Amino acid sequence: MIEWVNALVQGILLGGLYALFAAGLSLIFGVMRLVNIAHGDLIVLAAYLGLSTSVTLGIHPFLALLIVMPVMAGLGYALQRGVLNLTLGPDILPPLLVTFGLSVIIQNVLLEVYTADPQKLAGGAIETASFAVGGLALGVLPVLTFGVAVAVIAGLQYMFYHTGLGRGFRAVSDNQDIAQLMGLNKAHVFGLAMALAMAVVAIAGILLGMRTSFDPAIGGGRLIFGFEAVIIGGLGNLWGTLAGGVILGVAQTLGAKIDPGWQQLAGHVAFLLVLAVRPNGLFPRVAH
Amino acid sequence: MGSIPMPEPILSLSALDAHYGDFQALYGIDMHVAPGEVIAIIGANGAGKTTLMRSISGLLPNAAEQARFKGRPIGRLRADQVACLGIALVPEGRQLFPSLSVEENLRLGGKVGRPGPWSLAAVYQMFPVLKQRRHLPSTALSGGQQQMAAIGRALMSNPELILFDEISLGLAPVIIKSIYDALPGMLGHGMTAIIVEQDISKALAVSSRVYCLQEGRVSLERATDDVTRDEITAAYFGVDA
Repeated sequence: MIEWVNALVQGILLGGLYALFAAGLSLIFGVMRLVNIAHGDLIVLAAYLGLSTSVTLGIHPFLALLIVMPVMAGLGYALQRGVLNLTLGPDILPPLLVTFGLSVIIQNVLLEVYTADPQKLAGGAIETASFAVGGLALGVLPVLTFGVAVAVIAGLQYMFYHTGLGRGFRAVSDNQDIAQLMGLNKAHVFGLAMALAMAVVAIAGILLGMRTSFDPAIGGGRLIFGFEAVIIGGLGNLWGTLAGGVILGVAQTLGAKIDPGWQQLAGHVAFLLVLAVRPNGLFPRVAH
Repeated sequence: MGSIPMPEPILSLSALDAHYGDFQALYGIDMHVAPGEVIAIIGANGAGKTTLMRSISGLLPNAAEQARFKGRPIGRLRADQVACLGIALVPEGRQLFPSLSVEENLRLGGKVGRPGPWSLAAVYQMFPVLKQRRHLPSTALSGGQQQMAAIGRALMSNPELILFDEISLGLAPVIIKSIYDALPGMLGHGMTAIIVEQDISKALAVSSRVYCLQEGRVSLERATDDVTRDEITAAYFGVDA
């Protein structure tokens, strides 16, 4: 019995990581209706940047975040202003194709620079540290990851609904033309949204890289988990995205508990079930 | 046309064309608006009135010199740049932001940060009902209240030129009357206004000059006091009365 409870709890904690994968996707889809196929590869890119930074400077991966976050945010802003804004329009196909191409480019550049060897961020003692709660052993890193996910979602939620920047995001999301009439330059607003999403991606990449080994090809899988978390939770609802990540994580660990080969399958089945029963996700914000 | 003497115009359009893709919606529009003037623009559906508003406000790009605001070419500027210069548009169909509260809509209007008499307090004083409902989503307002919020949102930027597109479309007559009653209070600060209106008698009552558009061209320009019904009919429908 305790093993099942353990699987459940581990799944919830894993869901925090998936929510971090998904938060950036959710944010940029919400603001500019852009589906970023390269999102998973950008997470992997952030992990590699974390690797280079921490190895080169000899610092802990968490400390490397201080560099990786602004670098990813700046990259996101430049990418949005320089490339992605040009693809946005009434047709949804161009951004899909361009971000798909971007995904291929990132994977190959990473392959060229870092080779296909699996890498891992050296987190030190925190990777294996755990503490006991009622007969369960909770890893410090998974608990920390979940805590960070909750904090990130809460921060994004606050930013969205209580700041001028968030007001601008919502206005541009509602009606780009009219938002422009209010003095908002949508190209800049989109750039800020992507920068913010990439800052979250940096956090997700570092936590991913400390939890498991990574190689240039794993971006696609992270993208799928992120998508599934967003869809399960309901588009445009950040707390729903956290719930979606948790449901996905729990399904995976419970599936793995039944049979280790079922881990991924169980997650996808849970996703398909939600999609079949509630096509708009569990907590959709937008009614249309 | 253009023979009426006036001071240095705040807005002047010269040979302004506008296109939606391959479709040309406006042909060589010439228009001059003096500071403090209230201009009415009338015309049938599809005559190009809304296109003209989109061109002036920067939502549709034009050649730079085709539109000048206070002598400065603005035809190529983006809408947010035009807004910062002091032109505000109350769009057709109100178009409040549905995910923002009433007060957030108004605050966003003030984002350009131009100084002037208009503030949240001033807007609430003119439309007290908005203050009562300030925390509601803008979608919870009635049509008339939405129009008040849309007007307040435009005023919040303290514009020098305000454009009203179809100010009374879809509103109850009593609401239309109250909005027109509030107009002098808005424009009393020396603000210049262009009012696009289907209701010709309303348009003529508040304006000093009227332009009529027909199939993307100016078909009439007159001082409101001089214009006759027959002239309007001819300009509106393109037939001799």
